[in-house]
Amino acid sequence: MSRAVEESNRRMLRARDAMDRDYAKPLDIQTLAGIAHVSDAHFIRVFRATFGETPHRYLQRRRVERAMFLLRETERSVTEICCDVGFMSLGTFSRTFTDIVGEPPTTYRWRAADLSAVPACFAKAWTRPSSFGEARTPPED
Amino acid sequence: MPNKITHTQVYVLDQDEALDFYVGKLGFEPNTDADLGFMRWLTVSFPGQPDHQLLLEKPGPPAHDDATAEQIRELVTKGAMGMAAIISVDDIHQTYEELVAHGVEFTDEPTERFYGTDCGLRDPFGNHLRIGTPKEGPIEIPDPAEFAPDSTP
Repeated sequence: MSRAVEESNRRMLRARDAMDRDYAKPLDIQTLAGIAHVSDAHFIRVFRATFGETPHRYLQRRRVERAMFLLRETERSVTEICCDVGFMSLGTFSRTFTDIVGEPPTTYRWRAADLSAVPACFAKAWTRPSSFGEARTPPED
Repeated sequence: MPNKITHTQVYVLDQDEALDFYVGKLGFEPNTDADLGFMRWLTVSFPGQPDHQLLLEKPGPPAHDDATAEQIRELVTKGAMGMAAIISVDDIHQTYEELVAHGVEFTDEPTERFYGTDCGLRDPFGNHLRIGTPKEGPIEIPDPAEFAPDSTP
């Protein structure tokens, strides 16, 4: 590997750190590419080659992970949480959350709340995918 | 019986640049700098604590073939080598400001957590270190249900 690749990795890591830190802010590709000191198109392509997914997807997963935490541990409304983690539109938030977690935010909150109240052995049995369709399949990621 | 950690290791891509950072910015002092022929044994430690040294090791032959060394260099620069060390300071807020002024790259700002107040930084090569002020007194580990701190890289 050349020094150029090492320098490139380092720049992409800097942009990824910014996403981990500032996920709640309206980060766009221009901002992130600026942090990495590369052009927008170059940034998307090289980030994906470096970390295995596009910067957009990485940021979505980061935001959804924080949303899952807030849904589980706070009483904040789904709309508030949507804004808390940096989404501009409730529709986009719900669609993205469902896409990544496998169920909508409200369903996740309801299920997660119930899970914490029962012993693990019950939770295990209760969340097992059912052939009758009343239980959700486990989240996919 | 085994009773003490005397050395821990972190991969660095350039040992002189590593010295500039760990000594020049983080406040370590050079401990041992020995040319062993097959490698440069380079360690740093904090003032007054020479019994815990951080080995600044450069990947390469003879320990690694060229291809393996390249893989290590790639993982280091991607930030994939895990956490090199956790460092404690008396006043993390003051230290944070000082290190920022020295151009140290932080991944997150000082944040209060159940174990104290800490933040994360990267060395010039991509290694992750955490630095903070531990909480005084016994630390209570929160219940798993409530233990989901605003995560860090």
